[in-house]
Amino acid sequence: MLVSILNGFAIGFLLFILAVGLSLVFGMMDVLNLAHGALFLGGAYLGAQFAGDGWGGFLGALGIAAVAGLAAGGVLSLMTEPLRRRSHLDQALLTLGVALVVAELLIIVFGDDPLAVPAPPGLDGSVAVFGATYPAYRLVLIGFGAVLALVVHLVVDRTRVGALVRATVADREMVAALGVDNRLVKAGVFAVGSLLATTAGVLGGPVYGARPGLDSTILILALVVVVIGGLGSVRGALVGALIIGQVDTLGRVLLPDLASFILFAALAVVLVVRPQGLFGTAVAR
Amino acid sequence: MTAVASPAVPGGTAARPPRLTCGRGALISVVVLVVLAAAPLFLAPFATTTLTRVLVFALFAVSLDLLVGVTGLPSLGHAGYLGAGAYAAGWVSINVTAEAPVPLLVGAAVGALAAALTGWVTVRSAGVFFLMLTLAIGETLQQVADSWESVTGGANGLTGVPLVRLAGTPLANVGYTYWYVLAVGALGFALVAVLVRSPWGAALRGIRDNEPRMRALGYPTSLYKYVVFVVAGGVAGIAGSLLVAQQRLVTPADLGFLTSSFALLAVVIGGAGSLWGACLGAALVIVIRDALGPSLDGHGTLVLGVVFVLVVYLLPRGAAGLRPRRRRENA
Amino acid sequence: MSVLRCRALSRSFGALKAVSEVDLVVEPGARHALIGPNGAGKSTLFKLVTGTMRPDTGHVELAGQDVTTLSEVKRCRLGMSQTLQHSSLFASMTALETVELAVQRHEKGRIAFLPRKQPVVGERAGKLLADVGLIRRREVPVPSLSHGERKQLEVALALACRPSLLLLDEPAAGLSPAERARLVELLGGLPSEITVLFVEHDLDLVFALADAVTVLHLGRVLLSGPPAQVRASDAVREAYLGSSRREELWA
Repeated sequence: MLVSILNGFAIGFLLFILAVGLSLVFGMMDVLNLAHGALFLGGAYLGAQFAGDGWGGFLGALGIAAVAGLAAGGVLSLMTEPLRRRSHLDQALLTLGVALVVAELLIIVFGDDPLAVPAPPGLDGSVAVFGATYPAYRLVLIGFGAVLALVVHLVVDRTRVGALVRATVADREMVAALGVDNRLVKAGVFAVGSLLATTAGVLGGPVYGARPGLDSTILILALVVVVIGGLGSVRGALVGALIIGQVDTLGRVLLPDLASFILFAALAVVLVVRPQGLFGTAVAR
Repeated sequence: MTAVASPAVPGGTAARPPRLTCGRGALISVVVLVVLAAAPLFLAPFATTTLTRVLVFALFAVSLDLLVGVTGLPSLGHAGYLGAGAYAAGWVSINVTAEAPVPLLVGAAVGALAAALTGWVTVRSAGVFFLMLTLAIGETLQQVADSWESVTGGANGLTGVPLVRLAGTPLANVGYTYWYVLAVGALGFALVAVLVRSPWGAALRGIRDNEPRMRALGYPTSLYKYVVFVVAGGVAGIAGSLLVAQQRLVTPADLGFLTSSFALLAVVIGGAGSLWGACLGAALVIVIRDALGPSLDGHGTLVLGVVFVLVVYLLPRGAAGLRPRRRRENA
Repeated sequence: MSVLRCRALSRSFGALKAVSEVDLVVEPGARHALIGPNGAGKSTLFKLVTGTMRPDTGHVELAGQDVTTLSEVKRCRLGMSQTLQHSSLFASMTALETVELAVQRHEKGRIAFLPRKQPVVGERAGKLLADVGLIRRREVPVPSLSHGERKQLEVALALACRPSLLLLDEPAAGLSPAERARLVELLGGLPSEITVLFVEHDLDLVFALADAVTVLHLGRVLLSGPPAQVRASDAVREAYLGSSRREELWA
């Protein structure tokens, strides 16, 4: 039971890192980035590639993933730019096409077989937590996720850049009217969001491994988190991610056959009770 | 399935079609149907099988177009209902009877039921939210197929589905299976085409164009959206029963994200709202995935992903947008 | 019995009381205008009446029936019909198809799942288009209609719902003088079974049409009465113009 709750936290924080980028891009730019899961998978494969090289490999993978994520975000931002005047659906469809291409390229490069990703040395063992043994890496992941959540929260809540982000979520036209270059804001948010996705991929590698199809599984989890938490809300993404982390892992332990139903049920309940999400303001929908 | 397509009537312009269906449109429909019916006589078995798959996927794409193009509900989880119908038809064929039309009706009923159980949540949302929810539901259904081993066969899928039997005789020939699929597919297409041209279909287009105004006119739009969601699920279930009749197995991949994406691609290629366009789009998708796929080292998906990106940029109205336009339309 | 009665309707947005304790009675056959300076709460009140927005407190009664908790769909079925101020209507349809869409909902019988000839629907839609002066434009796609023509089409749509109470939200906004004259003629010619409540900025139009006027100011009812009384009111003049001379306002 305790192990399951800890797992829930580990997955919850991982999902938060993933979902916060998705949420901000959608909340600020109205672009639903369906390539987000493919970016995660790219990070996971990077982690798998360098996993044999100890800490250097792990940190190297993180670094490469971060740079690749930034670049990918910039490219996605550029690609959606010509569709600015078109419907949100067209932009989502574009990212869907990109997701298919990226996932297929990953299969070509890394093959069809699921890859296991060992945790970095020193963290690959287990430690005793209140009498239960628990993988050390996941504990570190929880800690790291908590720190990252705090950092993102502080940046969005306390800094000038964060104020710009929040203002854009609230009223895009107003921010544009103030003379801020909308495209730059968009590219920035896209890049950071994608960076978080690829980084989450590397971090999540030792938990999920790397395999074809993981991209859509992860994308769905992130979407559910975003919908439950409310669009464009950092706090919502955090709470949503922690809820889904718990619901998903507990569901798998207690009712393994119904786990996927439980996830959907959680989503349905939130949508019926609070259609705008737990922390969302009534965004145009 | 292009068979019954009334050619002069792309999507939104289909509001006053009765004139057309009894003229040139009907003639072309008949010609296409005859050509399709004669095709297996001239084609190699492999080509016939590919064409069968095209027909199955075309009916599936048409059912999706009813949501996406006609009503303006972009679903990314529609394969879930295709799969529900396919599993149900397969299970009945194995455990009860493979006698047509039993698997067909069971597939339709289960597809509609799955849509009815999940639709009440989805139709409360619109636009990209609808996309997200249907995506989540589709994935949920796939995981059910993956984990409910006693019924679905788990990750290996439901195998050993017997041939469909017609009046006690198994359809033991790719040509017979093709004609079965063509007949059912044409009926399914006709069903959707008729619905789209009815007053009810006009109301669906009204919801696509301007839902708040429809509510102000006294239309309970959520109910309409719910009903069309269930109908689309039922037609997808029919397509599922055809899928299992052709493949004789169903795997969780048949109801996954990729299948839904490809169906959406088919609809978008064809021009949302155009039923014949969806059929052409489906043909392109299947030809790339199944016929060219092997020669592309199994990476048809890569090509389709590129096609997806190109279509979004270059053909905002799909193939139907390439035709000379009879009337301005907001796609 | 009054056609529409609002009792103590209130609706706030955060700290702003957009509509506060508003009582409004619209008598059968009335041409009732709702006026007030910008920010008076006209649009909010209108939405509370149509049902697109729910009041925080208070009640809306339609012909004696409490409809406060009913959606705009149900209110429409009970005989309340509206035109929308900023309506893009249905971009894929012609004028005739648009009106047919409204007519088929309010004729007897269910909405058919099969294509069928509906002579009754077509006939009535044609007559409505003729009534609003759009019969020659019936085959024109809605996006190609002028702004004024779309307003006329809005009226045809609202009438297609066979309303007992017709709600018009700034029917003359953005119209040319010629189009305005046409609108006045159209509304003036409506049968007296149809009660009209309309929000309007153009006071000329208000006094040309209305036989009852309610003035809103800062979310409250300032005055409700016949047009002459409203014209003569110092309070109304001050609400609109501060302290300017009355003759200038009504000129």
